[in-house]
Order: sequence, then structure tokens, then C-alpha cells
Amino acid sequence: MKKLMTTVLMLMVTLQLFAQGQGSAIADTLAGSEKIYVVVTCVTIILLGLLAFLFAIERRLKKLEKKS
Amino acid sequence: MYKSWWKILGAVLVMYSTVAGFLASVPPLPILHQSIRNLYFHVPMWFAMIVLFTISVVQSIRYLSNSNQEHDNKAVQSVNAGIIFGILGLVTGAVWARFTWGQAWSFDVKQNFAAIAMLLYFAYLVLRNAIDEEQKRAKISAIYNIFAFPMMVVLLFVLPRLSDSLHPGNGGNPGFNAYDLDSRMRMVFYPACLGWILIGCWIYSILFRVSTLEKNK
Repeated sequence: MKKLMTTVLMLMVTLQLFAQGQGSAIADTLAGSEKIYVVVTCVTIILLGLLAFLFAIERRLKKLEKKS
Repeated sequence: MYKSWWKILGAVLVMYSTVAGFLASVPPLPILHQSIRNLYFHVPMWFAMIVLFTISVVQSIRYLSNSNQEHDNKAVQSVNAGIIFGILGLVTGAVWARFTWGQAWSFDVKQNFAAIAMLLYFAYLVLRNAIDEEQKRAKISAIYNIFAFPMMVVLLFVLPRLSDSLHPGNGGNPGFNAYDLDSRMRMVFYPACLGWILIGCWIYSILFRVSTLEKNK
């Protein structure tokens, strides 16, 4: 789980690095199309955050199930 | 807390605001363009966080008045749920800022103070972990929480207004009211806020129930 989280975090860090470049493809796509992809990115982040929360709860429940 | 009608209501409102948030028409705006639709996703995160932190401070006060451990547990779990929303609000804000303000973190007062407000609540959780004795932990952290809440409100809503900020509603910038006078946007924005607040309360109630089970085991 920790490894997975680190991987995701590292991916986000590199996304940021790419976005810094002037002519980068990701930044251009996000800034293009009247910036609608900025909204898509934000909604994806929110979904990922809530899914990560689900996994965390699942892990706690698993521990409870093992105990009982 | 155990009834399901408000969870269904929250789910329906969030579904509605997501679909309408992408499809409903928005006024044409410079710089922001279509990214104004983030209003339906980024802002409700903060509303949900504030409601959860309010629940937390109410539970802390209740704990201090009757020393029931259940209130202490409720206070912690609502902070835990609130922090999820706070982090989501910060990250979506940074993404939005990258493409409208030019930089993900431009050390804008609003961003800085929002981050500090989050740190206040991280400190709350760290403080709790630092104290072993249950009664003492509950009492000290309840008092800390009561101080942290007005600090959070000041950091988010008062201080950014006193200096220059790019964030709408701060430093001489008009709030989004200037934009969403368009009543169609309000028709999506208010349900989005209510929906996400309800989802936040749902997450809080799940966290509370799991931790109650963990304590009773």
C-alpha cells in the first residue's frame, strides 16, 4: 500500500515537472479546449482521493475482521 | 447518523452537480474560460471541510461538558474526514491555479493560509498521538480544537481579505458572486455544496463507526 501511494505521489510530482515546460504536451492539452481539461483533472483528483479513502477504510475493516 | 435518506440525497446531489457541472452552460469569462466549472468541485471541498471541522469543535465542547469518550472520538473522526476534503481542496486549487494564475503554488496569501490551516489540524492529530493517557488526551486535544477552529476561520476568511490575493473574494478581487449572478450557475453550485457536505458527513460517520468498533474490540 505504501509503495503504491509513493508511486502515485511520484507520478504526480513528475506531472508537475512536465507541466512546468513551456511547450509540454500535457500543459498544452490542459490549457487548450477552453481549459475544460483543468476541470477534468480536478474531478479525477477528487475521485482518486475518495477512492484512496475507501482503500484506507477497507484496510481498517480487514484488521477488525482478522481480530474477530 | 444511521438513517440512509441523507446519504442518498447527498449522492443524488453530487451526481446532479457533476453532470450539470460539465454540461450546463456557463457565462463566457476571460482567462478562466470553461475552467469556471471547477467552482462546482473545488469550492464544495472547502465547504465540506468547514462543516466537518464545525462538527468537530461542537463535539469537543460537548466532550468538555460531559467527559463522554464518544464525543472525543467523534471530534477526531470529523477532523480526519475534514482533512481529506482540505487536502483535495488544496490540490484542486493548485491545479486550477496552474492554468489560470500561471503557477501551481504562487505563494498567494489564500494558498499559504489554507495550507497553514491544514497544518493546524495536522498538529491536532499529532498532539493526540503524543499523549498516551486517554482522559488527558481527550481533554487537551478538545481544548486545542476549540482554539484551532477560530484560527482556521481567521486564516481562511479574514487574513486573505486584508492583503492582495489572486483568489476571488480576496484582496479587492470580486467574489464569484460577480460571475455567477448567472442564476443557472447557482442552480448547480448550491446543490453541489450541499451534496458534498452530506458526502463529507457520510465519510465522517463511517470513520466514526469503524473506530468505535476498533475501540470495543
